[in-house]
Amino acid sequence: MKVIVDEAKCCGAGQCVLIAPEVFDQRDEDGIVVLLEPEPAEDRHSAVREAAAVCPGAAIQLAEGS
Amino acid sequence: MNRVLIVGASAGGLITAEALRRAGYRGALTLVGDEPHPPYDRPPLSKQILTGEWEPGRLPLRRDDDIEALGLDLRLGVAATGLDVAGRAVELADGARVPYDGLVVATGVRSRRLPGSEGVTGIHTLRTLDDALTLKDRLRPGRRLVIVGAGFVGAEVAAVARGLGVAVTMLEAGPVPMAQAVGEQAGRFLAQVHRDHGVDLRTGAAVREVVGAGGAVSGVRLGDGTVLPADDVLVAIGSVPNTGWLEGSGLPLADGLVCDEFSAAAPGVYGAGDVARWHNPLFGTAMRLEHRTNAAEQGMAVARNLLSPEARRPFAPVPYFWSDQYDMKIQAYGHLRGHDEAVVVDGDIAQRRFLLAYRTDERLTGVLSVGMPPKTLRAWRAMIAAGAAWAHAVSTAAARP
Ligand SMILES: Cc1cc2nc3c(=O)[nH]c(=O)nc-3n(C[C@H](O)[C@H](O)[C@H](O)COP(=O)(O)OP(=O)(O)OC[C@H]3O[C@@H](n4cnc5c(N)ncnc54)[C@H](O)[C@@H]3O)c2cc1C
Ligand code: SF4
Repeated sequence: MKVIVDEAKCCGAGQCVLIAPEVFDQRDEDGIVVLLEPEPAEDRHSAVREAAAVCPGAAIQLAEGS
Repeated sequence: MNRVLIVGASAGGLITAEALRRAGYRGALTLVGDEPHPPYDRPPLSKQILTGEWEPGRLPLRRDDDIEALGLDLRLGVAATGLDVAGRAVELADGARVPYDGLVVATGVRSRRLPGSEGVTGIHTLRTLDDALTLKDRLRPGRRLVIVGAGFVGAEVAAVARGLGVAVTMLEAGPVPMAQAVGEQAGRFLAQVHRDHGVDLRTGAAVREVVGAGGAVSGVRLGDGTVLPADDVLVAIGSVPNTGWLEGSGLPLADGLVCDEFSAAAPGVYGAGDVARWHNPLFGTAMRLEHRTNAAEQGMAVARNLLSPEARRPFAPVPYFWSDQYDMKIQAYGHLRGHDEAVVVDGDIAQRRFLLAYRTDERLTGVLSVGMPPKTLRAWRAMIAAGAAWAHAVSTAAARP
């Protein structure tokens, strides 16, 4: 799985960080998403999928199977 | 569970569908929506779409192939018109009758209108992409926009319109704008920000009628007879849940579809998103939220509960919303409505950088921040989720460096 984030769409909600803190963080100053793990390990995939689903900016894209 | 029907093809409906598939549901999945567009996002309508920063092509919530991969029976541009709860079927405007084992109601809300405003050029509401594109075309330097209602949608449009050089008058019936939603302090602060940006904000203003000539709007008449001239009028006086198609079905309706703590309205029938009024056990009260993240979280909770009736979990989120006005980001967690007290616990309102904490009874029930690093909110969110006592929360905050 590859994770791609679109900073321009991110509204700094931090919902992704609540769900998958190992994969996402936020910049200190404006809360924009920081991708910690572009290719997260298997055991994190379901949390990442959930984070992508709940992200209110639709800013998290997943490329599965790679 | 072999046939799931979701009515409403926006954030709530689409995310429910995705969550069902992620959870392994392989049965028939029908998603019905009355808008012609594939599911798109609404918050940018009063932000990046209105400013022109984004093309409408950026609005879809998912790429076409991601939607394709869900294996949906996707029916766009067709409204649900009736529900037969006993017969477990929904009637559509095209005459189809769609049977279901599980039904998700995600029909959202529509803008409340002023009587007599139908079909008059220059009178706007803002809920759909088409609304946003129509309004955007009319916002040009030197034109006069009157906004009826100083809620979040009205305030965001005021900010964008000022940025585009439009003369803006914003009317609020109450003494302080947004006070119901965020309290008097935050409301007074926001009022000042809008005035500083040149918005003619009038509080205590009752609108009697919209005036026009030849099918086009020319102004707004106030209760005292004053007429405010306008090229355009945005009516932003709140919204009405889209539950018309459920009337007569026997489902409980009261400013939304009434659901229990599992988001269920009847056996096998769930509500998600703006349309659903459910009992949030975290705050011990019924609420109906018009927040983008809630639509997603509730959709995910509904998918879980629908698929595992024996292991249902109450939906008990900490609500979250944000709003962008001028260069400010406003963020709030919790249930602010009906609070007893709001206190600045960090920063300074005069500096336009602050964090307000909200007390209801002896509990911390919400926080709202302006201009603060968003990460500072996380600790507060955790305390709200834990039901922290007010005294404890405020003293913990004071002890933080
Ligand atoms: C201009 C604007 C700005 C916003 N900004 C923010 C913000 O900054 N932050 C925030 O948290 N939230 C914001 N929101 C709120 C957020 O967009 C909503 O909470 C979210 O869209 C709710 O999703 P939903 O799926 O529940 O409902 P909706 O998005 O309303 O979708 C319901 C869908 O169902 C369709 N439908 C209705 N009746 C029927 C029927 N009978 N048959 C078939 N389909 C039907 C509707 O046409 C619609 O497509 C904003 C909303 C607007 C309009
Ligand atoms: S959930 Fe989405 S919008 Fe929020 S911080 Fe993460 S990427 Fe950004």
